[in-house]
Amino acid sequence: MISLTDFLVVSAVLFCVGLYMIVSKQNAIQILIGIELMLNAAILNLVAFGKYDRFNNGGQMFALFAIVLAAATTAVALAIILNVYKQYKTIDPGKIDKLGD
Amino acid sequence: MSLAQVLFYMMAFIAVASTLFVAATKNLVRSIFMFFITLFALAGLYVLALADFVAITQIVIYVGGILVLILFAFMLSGKETLNVIGTQSNKFISINKLPAMLLAGLFLIVLLNMIFKIDANNLDWVKKSVITKNMILPDSSMTENIGINLMTKYLLPFEAISVLLMIALIGAAHLSRKGRGA
Repeated sequence: MISLTDFLVVSAVLFCVGLYMIVSKQNAIQILIGIELMLNAAILNLVAFGKYDRFNNGGQMFALFAIVLAAATTAVALAIILNVYKQYKTIDPGKIDKLGD
Repeated sequence: MSLAQVLFYMMAFIAVASTLFVAATKNLVRSIFMFFITLFALAGLYVLALADFVAITQIVIYVGGILVLILFAFMLSGKETLNVIGTQSNKFISINKLPAMLLAGLFLIVLLNMIFKIDANNLDWVKKSVITKNMILPDSSMTENIGINLMTKYLLPFEAISVLLMIALIGAAHLSRKGRGA
């Protein structure tokens, strides 16, 4: 039997790598990948604990909801990134410092 | 050590290693393709956590949907992004990455400390669910149960998420249309 602690450790590592990517990358798409990694770490935790909820399926159900939410956020975020690229010709978040023209 | 455990450690290793590669590489296309591997390994981990339906959903939505979307956005955002990546310094540890590494490392230490302190296998509700046979066993098929629960107990979140998906769809289409007047 695989213990819960193993799952928690793997997801902690994934979460921290995602955090590192969000803080250090200079490319909006890579930051988005970092966010996806953190979401996936959270989903892994939900699924691992969901094993102990057979009748209500709370963990697996909310893991599904989280996956769908991640899809929705990514679609909107990528649309925003494309617009930002059209406006500034770069997607480095450090160089995007004006609201208007 | 059982077969499931061996598979678990293999999947965990693949997931962590490919994640580190995604974070470390300078080549954006390569990092996106490596992210594929991470997602597949995570789907394998979901299977080992006895959540087969979530694993299939992960493959269909993440790998089939989100990653293709990211690739499209990357290809559409032109040559300049590639040039920016080419001029970045090639050292893995550079001085401007140090604060991010420190933050992530310290956070990892805090998380691991907490995980080992909480001892998840001996939580009250986990032990209770083992005693009352409320845990998923490898031979129980959960997809039917998920379908029934989705239409009864979790109907409100299901409807809410369908409305939200609609909103996101319209919003994304609105944001990415061409030639917006005013």
